[in-house]
Amino acid sequence: MVNNKMTTPTTSSNTQKLIIVGNGMVGHHFAEQLVESGALAGFEVTIFGEERHRAYDRVHLSEYFSGRDAESLALCDGDYYHTHGIQLRSGEAVTAIDREQQLVVTEQGHYAYDQLVLATGSFPFVPPIPGNDSEGCLVYRTLDDLDAIQAAAKNATNGVVVGGGLLGLEAANALRGLNLDTAVVEFAPRLMPMQVDSEGGELLKEKIEALGVQVLTERATQRIEPGDTSRLRMVFQDDKVLETDLIVFSAGIRPQDTLARACGLTIGERGGVVIDDQCRTNDPNILAIGEVALWNRSIFGLVAPGYQMAKTAVATLTGGDTCFSGADMSTKLKLLGVDVGSIGDAHGNQNPGARMFRYLDPLTQVYRKLVVTSDGKKLLGAMLVGDNSVYDTLLQYYANGIELPKEPASLILPQQSGAAPALGPDSLPETAMICSCHNVTKGSICSAIDAGAADLGSVKGATKASTGCGGCAALLKSVVDHELEARGVEVDKSICEHFAHTRQGLYDIVRVEGIKTFSKLMEKHGNAETHRLGCDICKPAVASILASCFNEPITDAAHVPLQDTNDTFMANMQKNGTYSVVPRIAGGEITPEKLVVLGQVAQKYQLYTKITGGQRIDLFGARLEDLPAIWGELIDAGFETGHAYGKSLRTVKSCVGSTWCRYGVQDSVGMAIQLENRYKGLRAPHKIKFGVSGCTRECAEAQSKDIGIIATENGWNLYVCGNGGMRPRHAELFATDLDDEQLYRTIDRFLMFYVRTADRLQRTSVWRENLEGGLDYLKEVILEDSLGISDELERQMQHVVDSYQCEWANAISDPEKLKRFRSFVNDARPDPSIIMTSERGQPRPA
Amino acid sequence: MTATALKPTDSTDTRQPLCTKADLVAFSGVAAWLTTSQGAVQIALFYLPGHGNELFALDHQDPFSKAYVIARGIVGDIKGSPVIASPIYKQHFRLEDGQCLEDESVQLRTWRVGFQGDEVWVERE
Ligand code: SRM
Ligand SMILES: Cc1cc2nc3c(=O)[nH]c(=O)nc-3n(C[C@H](O)[C@H](O)[C@H](O)COP(=O)(O)OP(=O)(O)OC[C@H]3O[C@@H](n4cnc5c(N)ncnc54)[C@H](O)[C@@H]3O)c2cc1C
Ligand code: SF4
Ligand code: FES
Repeated sequence: MVNNKMTTPTTSSNTQKLIIVGNGMVGHHFAEQLVESGALAGFEVTIFGEERHRAYDRVHLSEYFSGRDAESLALCDGDYYHTHGIQLRSGEAVTAIDREQQLVVTEQGHYAYDQLVLATGSFPFVPPIPGNDSEGCLVYRTLDDLDAIQAAAKNATNGVVVGGGLLGLEAANALRGLNLDTAVVEFAPRLMPMQVDSEGGELLKEKIEALGVQVLTERATQRIEPGDTSRLRMVFQDDKVLETDLIVFSAGIRPQDTLARACGLTIGERGGVVIDDQCRTNDPNILAIGEVALWNRSIFGLVAPGYQMAKTAVATLTGGDTCFSGADMSTKLKLLGVDVGSIGDAHGNQNPGARMFRYLDPLTQVYRKLVVTSDGKKLLGAMLVGDNSVYDTLLQYYANGIELPKEPASLILPQQSGAAPALGPDSLPETAMICSCHNVTKGSICSAIDAGAADLGSVKGATKASTGCGGCAALLKSVVDHELEARGVEVDKSICEHFAHTRQGLYDIVRVEGIKTFSKLMEKHGNAETHRLGCDICKPAVASILASCFNEPITDAAHVPLQDTNDTFMANMQKNGTYSVVPRIAGGEITPEKLVVLGQVAQKYQLYTKITGGQRIDLFGARLEDLPAIWGELIDAGFETGHAYGKSLRTVKSCVGSTWCRYGVQDSVGMAIQLENRYKGLRAPHKIKFGVSGCTRECAEAQSKDIGIIATENGWNLYVCGNGGMRPRHAELFATDLDDEQLYRTIDRFLMFYVRTADRLQRTSVWRENLEGGLDYLKEVILEDSLGISDELERQMQHVVDSYQCEWANAISDPEKLKRFRSFVNDARPDPSIIMTSERGQPRPA
Repeated sequence: MTATALKPTDSTDTRQPLCTKADLVAFSGVAAWLTTSQGAVQIALFYLPGHGNELFALDHQDPFSKAYVIARGIVGDIKGSPVIASPIYKQHFRLEDGQCLEDESVQLRTWRVGFQGDEVWVERE
């Protein structure tokens, strides 16, 4: 296996030959640290990487499935190593180390070293289950693994992930993204056994199941065999079976210590190359860093500690005195859209005498746990499921030993004011760790600012903060903003490079000066140097402001270039370039005649039909050039646009109400239709949804909407600022027992105040959470008219209501506007790149 | 780089008339077919009255989503260069040379294009 060719690079006597085995995240960081510290001059460096790609960002590996490629995930430019005179040998694995002769061996040759750095990382553990090597059994670690998963998913309908830890859930999300019916099989009684306890695990399971991922806990797979209905069959301990087309093993990682073992380096009981505080192994010429290294009997499966080891190793080689002294394993993640956070001793089992506080809200599905010292003064650990909003604050208490408030429970209990209990950037000590990936403290941020960094971007550039896992982005921003403000620097809140204004500022300018076009706004208030075309941030934002204020058709020539594609074509673009058509079905009420027309139109234009989550019917797969004809037929049948594409009123969901229901106390359908017709066409910073229920049983789920209305014996209770979606939030009770007129007036004011003051793409829930003064302030403004603007808000809304016209009706009556709906300006034939197949009797993209 | 960048009519082979000015949408894009030596390609044509060459022709296919949609993105400028933002995943491409700003390794093809009177002509290669 050893070949005789000697390819030792020639060296001059005063440089040492340094070989790095492994070109992963940590091996690369080590090389980068060599370059940056200036130490490179003393070495002639060769790096061996088993993978064919040069080092890439494994932490963001999953983004490979959402459009990023190997090049954009790469940790450095293609010529980085070359520029610095480092030899990178990708795709060349080291097969042996000869410590006596100080050589490493590969299939291509032998290479001499003076110093060797092992950065071989780890490999996914595949449990020894018979059949685990069947076709369709895969792992999740490298780009090549992801290619293999993608290929296997092509002809598959379902997939299983074995292992319900962090990486397992990430893999499950990826399978879901590949449109597979996904299940997670976990051996332990709960998901993420390392990070959460049984309550947290149960909640996590519920949340993840709600996303359509099946979760099977306490399942030990006995064997894998060919399946009947799918490619594979998993047989469990109780002889229950699960059929699946592919299996991704994510049952933990093991240090890749094969080379080290073979050459006799000291290895830990459960693997890993033993290192000291200087990252040296028992051979003085060999160092180990990253996930292959075992320090103080621990392996650190995160990138931040690996980076610290890399830094230490550089110091060790150059006579510096940096030591590795362990690392904090606190983590904050969003897995399948569910927040999970774990800080310090989250289970409370490493600190005898520790006391625990727990808070569990089964309605909002939030679980929080604090582990504190017996005197209640210091935070030892914490666990969060369902909401990470207090993570940053808790981490600061923990990491900096800040004394806890008198009642520590206040940190995890819901606040009356609604605002999360934040530890302001002010109260953090200089030593507070802001970015643990790059070891950046508040102190170093302050020094960077004092040295001239005048905005977030330059602070990032100078300190590297927030350029690793990205988890510290929000905290970093608040510290930087705070420090800049403290130094009297005005913090740039510009919407983009074209306007030095916030969205709210632009809104005020447009209203006060009566500016009706983007070009006029740019001319008078755009940034002088960039004074040109605008961009995809300011244009749609201004389009929305103009529409909120003047309500001119968005398809008018002056507004056309401002719109997102969905608004331009008044339909939602699908992944294959076709569009969806969603007519308004106010309150969810539809006549049989109209239902028939929807069916006929769908048949004629070969559209996929689906009942939406918003109580209406979506027709998918419409070709651009067919949209006008489709809408012509729908409008003839009495339909109008549903604005499913706009940042505007979507649906007013209703329950059947007192007309039919034995419990109903008001006509919820009638009210929903009234409201939908009143606010349809209102353009806002983000989409707006309503719900109206006929009694407290709340069948319309009104409390999850931006505006929720629940009938009472005496009228209507109004709830505001609820949200479903990515971060559900319960709406808050705003006013009670309103009559119809009071209800409209209150909603008019509320919505217009939101339109006026919210940031771009900010739902009412997020707006509300950021509103200084909270719900009380909002009530003062809307119900008590504390700002004296109620009349104006109502007038503005009335203008929008009065000037409503169906945008589709407007467009199809104007031949100029219809020209936009040609697929090609020089050919009337349809786009041949759009190919459909059929599934369950309906079309779908091929 | 003016509207007459196209050579006058000698070899008709290398140039193709596409449409007229009335087919274009100011400050936005439309799609068209172009016949090249490699076969027919879908191109996106952008019209920016008063900006440089005024006309820009790039691939219509979005390299990230593979859908043919580039002409339907939003035109803007970033640090002074006109760009088109893909309507699917919002990457930006420079109109002048098709370079993707988010990913150095991705570039759309571009074609030389200009007005002749009211007609839009493209150079095929
Ligand atoms: C069609 C539909 C799914 C379905 O088949 O049921 C749907 C489809 C889309 N939703 Fe939705 N949502 C649909 C109901 C919902 C609901 C349920 C509801 O309205 O009761 C929710 C949660 C409720 C909420 O919004 O609070 C919902 C939360 C979202 C979100 C997350 C919003 C959030 O605040 O977290 C997005 C993303 C966004 O808007 O930024 C989104 C975005 C989208 C987009 C526009 C994504 C996109 O940009 O392509 C999808 C477009 C589909 C298309 O091409 O037409 N959709 N979406 C539903 C259309 C309802 C309708 O009749 O208009
Ligand atoms: C999907 C996923 C998500 C993650 N998310 C996070 C996260 O959010 N936060 C976080 O902190 N960490 C995360 N991690 C973990 C993080 O990626 C690792 O901690 C980090 O990559 C470790 O770096 P390393 O250099 O030690 O190992 P690796 O990055 O694995 O690099 C080791 C390299 O050495 C090569 N190699 C091995 N043997 C040889 C040999 N004999 N010859 C030559 N080359 C060899 C391997 O091919 C590999 O390229 C995640 C990991 C994955 C897979
Ligand atoms: S919310 Fe009340 S009225 Fe409406 S369907 Fe349910 S029980 Fe009936
Ligand atoms: S903590 Fe990971 S980038 Fe800052």
